[in-house]
Amino acid sequence: MPKDDGIGASVKRREDTRFLTGNGRYTDDINLRGQTYVHFLRSDVAHGKINGIDTSAAEAMPGVLKIFTSADFESAGGIPCGWQVTDKHGQPMQEPKHPILAEGKVRHVGDPIAAVVAETYEQARDAAEAIDLDIEELEPVVDMVKALEDGAPKVHDDLTSNLCYDWGFVEENKDAVNEAFGKAAHVVSLELTNNRLVANPMEPRVAVGDYDPWGDTHTLYTTSQNPHVIRLLMGAFVLSIPEHKLRVVAPDVGGGFGSKIYHYAEEAFCTYAAKVIKRPVKWTSTRSEAFISDAHGRDHKTKIELALDADHNFMAIRTETYANMGAYLSTFAPSIPTWLHGTLMAGNYKTPLIYVNVKAVFTNTVPVDAYRGAGRPEATFQIERLVDKAARELGVDPVELRRKNFIKPEEFPYQTPVAVVYDTGNYHATMDKMLELADYANFEARRAESAKNGKLRGFGIAHYIEACGIAPSNLVGQLGARAGLYESASVRVNATGSISVYTGSHSHGQGHETTFAQVVADMIGVDANSIEIHHGDTSNTPMGMGTYGSRSLAVGGSAIVRATNKVIDKAKKIAAHLLEAAPEDIELKDGKFSVAGTDKSVDWSGVTLAAYVPHNYPLEDLEPGLEETAFYDPSNFTYPSGAYGCEIELDPETGKIDILRFIAADDFGNIVNPMIVEGQVHGGLAQGIGQALLENCVYDENGQLLSGSYMDYAMPRADDVRGFTVDHSCVTPCTHNPLGVKGCGEAGAIGSPPAVVNAAIDALHRAGHTHVKHIDMPLTPSRVWAAMNG
Amino acid sequence: MPKVMMKVNGAEAAADVEGRTLLSTYLRDLIGLTGTHVGCDTSQCGACVVLVDGQPVKSCTAFAADLEGAEVTTVEGMTNPDGSLGVIQKAFQDYHGLQCGFCTPGMVMSTAALLAENPKPSEEEIRHYLEGNICRCTGYQNIVRAVMAASGQDAGALAAE
Repeated sequence: MPKDDGIGASVKRREDTRFLTGNGRYTDDINLRGQTYVHFLRSDVAHGKINGIDTSAAEAMPGVLKIFTSADFESAGGIPCGWQVTDKHGQPMQEPKHPILAEGKVRHVGDPIAAVVAETYEQARDAAEAIDLDIEELEPVVDMVKALEDGAPKVHDDLTSNLCYDWGFVEENKDAVNEAFGKAAHVVSLELTNNRLVANPMEPRVAVGDYDPWGDTHTLYTTSQNPHVIRLLMGAFVLSIPEHKLRVVAPDVGGGFGSKIYHYAEEAFCTYAAKVIKRPVKWTSTRSEAFISDAHGRDHKTKIELALDADHNFMAIRTETYANMGAYLSTFAPSIPTWLHGTLMAGNYKTPLIYVNVKAVFTNTVPVDAYRGAGRPEATFQIERLVDKAARELGVDPVELRRKNFIKPEEFPYQTPVAVVYDTGNYHATMDKMLELADYANFEARRAESAKNGKLRGFGIAHYIEACGIAPSNLVGQLGARAGLYESASVRVNATGSISVYTGSHSHGQGHETTFAQVVADMIGVDANSIEIHHGDTSNTPMGMGTYGSRSLAVGGSAIVRATNKVIDKAKKIAAHLLEAAPEDIELKDGKFSVAGTDKSVDWSGVTLAAYVPHNYPLEDLEPGLEETAFYDPSNFTYPSGAYGCEIELDPETGKIDILRFIAADDFGNIVNPMIVEGQVHGGLAQGIGQALLENCVYDENGQLLSGSYMDYAMPRADDVRGFTVDHSCVTPCTHNPLGVKGCGEAGAIGSPPAVVNAAIDALHRAGHTHVKHIDMPLTPSRVWAAMNG
Repeated sequence: MPKVMMKVNGAEAAADVEGRTLLSTYLRDLIGLTGTHVGCDTSQCGACVVLVDGQPVKSCTAFAADLEGAEVTTVEGMTNPDGSLGVIQKAFQDYHGLQCGFCTPGMVMSTAALLAENPKPSEEEIRHYLEGNICRCTGYQNIVRAVMAASGQDAGALAAE
């Protein structure tokens, strides 16, 4: 049995009390003395040449302090990209400048052109309306395939084309893959779109810049998932501010889902402008602004083919994908369709030969970057839709085709043909567990019941593999990452025994303050309430990489374990001195140090007090104090996996799909807080089901965003998602991190879209609509009805 | 600018407002109650829901100038008199009905309004009532459980379909 506040216990979240009483401190809750407000005048055309910006009338408006244009940023760098992809010819990607404010051209609706700083928001907005813009509208490129045609308008005039890179993976395998297709008994192919999405954390982005002229120090309060990364990118590459003069604080952050990883122009603007104005500068995004300025997600078009032998063994996979980068390269954009997508194309299967081609394309749309899952949902959707289609075309059971080709439990560690080594997994177990929980055996009876009511019932299966905690740093450096991917922790034990933990991870809903305390409490054997977790402030946390890619526990938690182990090692030496014993004879259990085989002991606080009041202390051998820092750089990714089952009812009159039950049987390795893990899966499922049934980011041919508000972009609501059963009893612990944990944040969003679409196709086929091979997401009633009746 | 007085969470409040000042701005920026959040600008997300004279109102859509003398309850006013979590707040914590906490004030206030008019709502009624509140983190299942628990019902008994 787990300790009631240790590892494995569903401890209630301590952060909830402030969130539930209105006492959270989000960035927009921060108001500084003398604060000013900025409003960004943004482009309302997708592509245009800036012939002139006349700010004279606006400058005379009440309350206006200064109007900035690109001319004010001539000495600043562009917003940097954090990952350089090398193309299939060994050449670096094309990397355009991303200015803070548009220089010469506007390249997407929402591109900031000018910034008005005024005494109040209202004054800034009023004045922005008085700016006279002379913009010559140019023909935009919106469609990725058309953007690569000869003669297409160029998003960036200084680049050779709209192609960012043409990536082949593994390029050396290409001929062997083509040869395998030549010999295949069956070839199954599918063309599909992974629909463009908007992350939509409920808290819009906010930045508050502050400058202290006496110390020449800058502070930026921002809605970020990784304040240290923002400090590094903005300080070193954009504004030339050394780290010791720049503090970045990400306080309570209202969700991120990837969209708050990146360094955005508004952050650099507020930091810079505060020094110019000599007063704090605050920007709060409206939701409408968020739709045209937050990085979007997904937006891939893919053709995928699977070669099978006569016994239905998978022989090879071949894909061609177009990936939308938008108008500029967001921080990690180039890595998403490549290293976070191509490396997962083996799925859970033994496919010996794989070739992935990705063409990344600039268009006149908002930049696209990681969104919950980031590359892995795109890979999983392709594979699991294709395997389902293969089963249908071959006339075999989709469960059995998967089982036949699964990597077997005894085959781990498993080297895939796409560079990665899965350390552990048991896909047969998760599949069995899902089918049991779904009562799959009785599906047919339920289907018959639905049919009596005129409804089409279907069951869809997907089995996903995920890679979390991307690492190690030296490998990702070779792949083009311009950052390390370790995590940090400092464990400061206070004199009376309480503990302050400083982590480089960042919590924006994940509950780290609770779970990280559980880990330390479990290791030392003290009450979790004597442990406080601090995060989000570069001035008091060691350089850390933040939270994304389901890495916090696997990487950040491991750093905490390492630092805590260092603390325990030192504490044992102190205890040995106090107990007049050898350090190797000291045992720590339940917060008490004892000498093995004796009744001599000293409790935790006795040791911690000795560390800080070192009257009886081995000062010649040991420094006073009890505080340790550790950095953890993983040797491999972690590989969560799971089987998802989705049961739907489809109304043939309207095409409307209702999710009746959704079963998630995940293998996350060891689990620290089951309640929080279940919550993470629920949230991921809702976003994945949202992608499959509701959400779609739509641009028209002029590059105008048609889905720019919650009136047009269909967010899942309480009535749309239901019937979740989440199981994590199948456990194959990660072999290379100290907690044996894998990561659970993105799984739901990765595994659910193909399960939903497979369920819809299943319902249609069982009802005789066998001409429907695929429907692109989102499966809105009109699309489903049109496919049925097409 | 006219001064508008309201009773907020039982206490007198007063602030000078423009005609265009929204109730959400009045609460957050003028009297410093930042528990009420603004998540959109089209009255869709519900993060800003407060009770005005007992009725749920999206405070980003109400003008402060229209609310002279109104009795307003925000999430800050939902605790017990001793400052501990109120019944609805406690249920949200117990059933993990929140993650990032941003939509939570609106969820708590909408739940209060729901339970005032329907003390024992069914799962369907809860889901239907909360359609005006968007949560991006939880997938709603634990929010529904929390509302069941807050109304004294069995929170474990959500229908599979």
